[in-house]
Amino acid sequence: MWEKLLNYWSQSAPLLPEAIAFYILATIAILFGFLVVANPFSRAPINSGLSLLCTILSLAGMAILLRAYFLAAILVIIYGGAVVVLFLFVLMLSRKDFKIVFAPTRIRFAIGMIITILFAMIIVPIAIQIPVSTAVSDSVPIEGTVSAIGTLLLTKYIIPFEAISILLLSAIIGVVYLSKPETKGKSK
Amino acid sequence: MIATIETYLTIGLGHYLTVSVILFCLGLLGIMTRRNILVVYMSLELMLNAANLALIAFSRFNQNLDGQIMVMMVVTVAAAEVAVGLALIVSLARHKLPIWIDNLNKLKY
Repeated sequence: MWEKLLNYWSQSAPLLPEAIAFYILATIAILFGFLVVANPFSRAPINSGLSLLCTILSLAGMAILLRAYFLAAILVIIYGGAVVVLFLFVLMLSRKDFKIVFAPTRIRFAIGMIITILFAMIIVPIAIQIPVSTAVSDSVPIEGTVSAIGTLLLTKYIIPFEAISILLLSAIIGVVYLSKPETKGKSK
Repeated sequence: MIATIETYLTIGLGHYLTVSVILFCLGLLGIMTRRNILVVYMSLELMLNAANLALIAFSRFNQNLDGQIMVMMVVTVAAAEVAVGLALIVSLARHKLPIWIDNLNKLKY
């Protein structure tokens, strides 16, 4: 029996680091994802923001496990470096000393719970019943390196690439217009 | 018992999709139940990231890089959306309006 176990161990040893990394990252992602929406200790938005940062970092780790190296870097730089920092900046600018004029909290919470549970009942069985045997062999590895992504982005997907640049330009213009300080005389 | 160990050690598409679905449902719960508009935005980001994880997993297990291009598009659109949405929130703060979504149920005050 020990020989069998040892034999099995030597066969499955290459699988072990990836499995351990996946389970650790999945636990961190789900735990901090829960802390984003329902922190049992405090409802301060800054805790939600920092939990979001932890979730995104563990998702970037999962992207590395999935051989999407460039996307892992993109996730860390754009989400961790830009989006979460932007959230925290805006958090410092916003006020919280307002009275809530309309807050049927219990009813809203119940409705939100019911909708979420119904949605989860639809979508969770679909994800679970996918067979485990879909694991790929690395005989022909497809890796999301910078050169592979860049080649694909500038040949096959050149038109979406340009369209997204126009989207970014219009977003920049909109943000500059929105955050411009109002001059008293011109705009009402 | 030994045969079952391998099913735990082989990380397949279903594992990643399960994590993705759980994160998506958590984000949906946040959007439905939280009242602070910033936390609602963070939950939105959580849902987008869950979809990103699903796309990367599909890309890996189908041996096809197109899903990763789609993730790049999603990340770009999410960055633009966050910039515009946070500019709106800053504009709210400048007009001394509250950031609770219960108070923001009219188009014009």
